[in-house]
Amino acid sequence: MPRINDVGGVDGFGPVEQELDEPGFHADWEAHVFAMNRALIGRGLYNLDEFRDAVERTMSHESSYYENWFRAIQTLLREKGHV
Amino acid sequence: MSDDHDDSPIAARVRELEAILEEKGLLDAAELDRALEAFAHKASPANGFRVVARAWVDDDFKAKLLENANEALPAVGLSMGGGLQVQRLHVVENTENVHNVVVCTLCSCYPIALLGPSPTWYKSTAYRSKVVSHPREVLEQFGLELPAGTEIRVWDANAESRYMVLPRRPEGTEHLSEDELARRVTRNGLIGTAAV
Repeated sequence: MPRINDVGGVDGFGPVEQELDEPGFHADWEAHVFAMNRALIGRGLYNLDEFRDAVERTMSHESSYYENWFRAIQTLLREKGHV
Repeated sequence: MSDDHDDSPIAARVRELEAILEEKGLLDAAELDRALEAFAHKASPANGFRVVARAWVDDDFKAKLLENANEALPAVGLSMGGGLQVQRLHVVENTENVHNVVVCTLCSCYPIALLGPSPTWYKSTAYRSKVVSHPREVLEQFGLELPAGTEIRVWDANAESRYMVLPRRPEGTEHLSEDELARRVTRNGLIGTAAV
């Protein structure tokens, strides 16, 4: 059973929707999630592979990209007993 | 970047987690601010635009870029460093007969140092699933119609390897300076979903 992230060649996800002149981040909190993740990985609280794994196993197609990142960060910090 | 959504519940939850981590000594507010500041100013598609413009005017740079992009970048003051791990950058050149397009089917691998944060569509399941099986159809959704004889090459990025497209220099731009040429390049052009 492929994980939800392994979508190459899979049909049924609809057309690609493009936002004109999309900015790198849509809101300040997204940039904070990005920077927070780098800092936490940099400090060794978890590593990049653990983060990718956490995103994949906790992701929801209902959530935005950085919402999924934030959920993964929270999950890892909880699992490792940091929060 | 804007502060428009800072009253949203998720923004509040992010602030709350930051505060908890700072209190526990796991995150340093100044360190975070420095990272945000550096990122906001350094990682932008303008970097990729400069690389392309230089390649268009300097054949030696272009040859080196296509052969070993990581070694070519310092000549324009850039590098693939600054991330969490060293990434090999591959620059793939569009020609009269070949058009390149980049995807990360598994997640969202992208040369952030050169292109800034990736657009939402690049990370969408719709794009990631379809561009590998029906690239021509996907490019048409972006308004890019290629001649029937053009070969389309799809490059799947991963944790170690990132890709950037070198678009074809538009015709009639011989008189433009390098800076003017850089302004002709688009983010989608560097991913391959636009011609330039």
